[in-house]
Amino acid sequence: MKLSKISARTGEWISGDGPHRQIVVTSRVRLARNLKSKPFPGWAKKAERVEVLKAVKSAVLQLPAMGDAFCENLEALSPLEKQMLVERHLISREHAAKGVGSAIVVNASQSLSFMINEEDHLRMQAICCGLQLGKVFAMINQADSELEPMLDFAFHSKLGYLTACPTNVGTGMRASAMLHLPGLVMSDQMNKIINSVNKIGLAVRGLHGEGTEAMGNLFQVSNQITLGEGEEEIIERLKKVIETVIEHEHNARLLLLQRKPVALLDQIGRGYGILSHAHSISSKEALNQLSVIKLGIDLGLFPETHRFLVDELFIETQPAHLQKGVQAQKMSAEERDALRATLIRAKLKGVPEPDTSKIATKPSGSQENDE
Amino acid sequence: MTQIVGGKMQKVNLCEACSKEKGVNDPTGFALADLLLGMGAAQDIERSPSGVSCSVCGFTQADFKKTGRLGCSACYDVFGESLEAMLKNMHKGSEHVGKAPASLIKTRELDAQIRDLQSSLERAVADEEYEKAADLRDQIRRIESGQRV
Repeated sequence: MKLSKISARTGEWISGDGPHRQIVVTSRVRLARNLKSKPFPGWAKKAERVEVLKAVKSAVLQLPAMGDAFCENLEALSPLEKQMLVERHLISREHAAKGVGSAIVVNASQSLSFMINEEDHLRMQAICCGLQLGKVFAMINQADSELEPMLDFAFHSKLGYLTACPTNVGTGMRASAMLHLPGLVMSDQMNKIINSVNKIGLAVRGLHGEGTEAMGNLFQVSNQITLGEGEEEIIERLKKVIETVIEHEHNARLLLLQRKPVALLDQIGRGYGILSHAHSISSKEALNQLSVIKLGIDLGLFPETHRFLVDELFIETQPAHLQKGVQAQKMSAEERDALRATLIRAKLKGVPEPDTSKIATKPSGSQENDE
Repeated sequence: MTQIVGGKMQKVNLCEACSKEKGVNDPTGFALADLLLGMGAAQDIERSPSGVSCSVCGFTQADFKKTGRLGCSACYDVFGESLEAMLKNMHKGSEHVGKAPASLIKTRELDAQIRDLQSSLERAVADEEYEKAADLRDQIRRIESGQRV
């Protein structure tokens, strides 16, 4: 399969459905695996990396789920193509920086991706929409079990799966969910949430994982501990915490509706105004305003039928996606900002003004009908 | 910056220059947790006897100190002792309790079976139940030859 086919098709995790879909954008589980006695990618010489790549790639391509897969060596991808894969969460930023000796394999529905020679020899990920951590774990666990007879994974009887970084040793698993939390941000509760989530050994990060800024009120919650706790146990604990955060987000929205309805309507109205009339907009501002529109849909201010269009814009307005139709060389930031504004204006043409009567007339508590 | 791992609080103060150097502002660099844990890790591993290097990949303590990553899977045995304290600090205990490769689980089960049979065999010999002992010995041999296949 060609990359153009991947970029032309929306990933299953955007177009699909799942529990708590309004707040939980995606659920992801990744497993880190290495081959026994082969130097880890960061320490290996080029020839050693190429050798590992060959073995791992051929095993991955034999998986039943990888029938019509996209598979490419990193050096064969342009910076723009790599960035596109990062924006879709199919590869990490770290992997995008790799060249000879690294590769990416993605299945047709973009729910499974395999990064070869990232920090570890193999990092495989399953992603889907809504809160479905158990399901994504089952998907990637199956791939792992199917690879097991083909590849000699480094496994230590006491320490479990061995990884380049000791922070991943044991299960080699990182489970995470991307949450949309405008209510908690608007009511200044996000720091409190981050602190209490940190206290129980879970991490809260920005849009693209480690070290990235939180934009569009999107936050990733993930496990930190990989040793001394089983996979199911980790996932169960993470799921419980996420469900609590979802509850807090719902409560924060209800409180805003009750106590600060004018401020809330003002933000949504301004967001709609800016997005439908701007002629130049940065990706950060676009994400932040789209987040407000998404909240407006959750609250019933915009018709539910426009949800997919808005969710899609979260991805389509990112720098590399924006340029994918334009075959010319890399655009300048100014050109991108103008193109982004034009795209958003066109897409929002069919979205009516926010219906504020919903908030004025409906008693609070009935606006949300999650699930 | 404060990070809490396994109920323990680790606090690190970084000036702007240091944080840049350590990659705190650099999304492709170290994660906060890796940074904090990596620093502790480097100190721990320094305590192991100097000059030790991995016979498989040639990795040394100095390399670990620099990168916060290990060289290959065999490094975990080479630097095992000094890693243990660090792993305990960053995780929940120092023993894996999750998934294991299916082949290994089978080996483990068979090992346990052999151990059980062996102790029964010793008891049978002690009790002078030689017929039973011969039977047990044959069972052990069958399992062992099956494992080698």
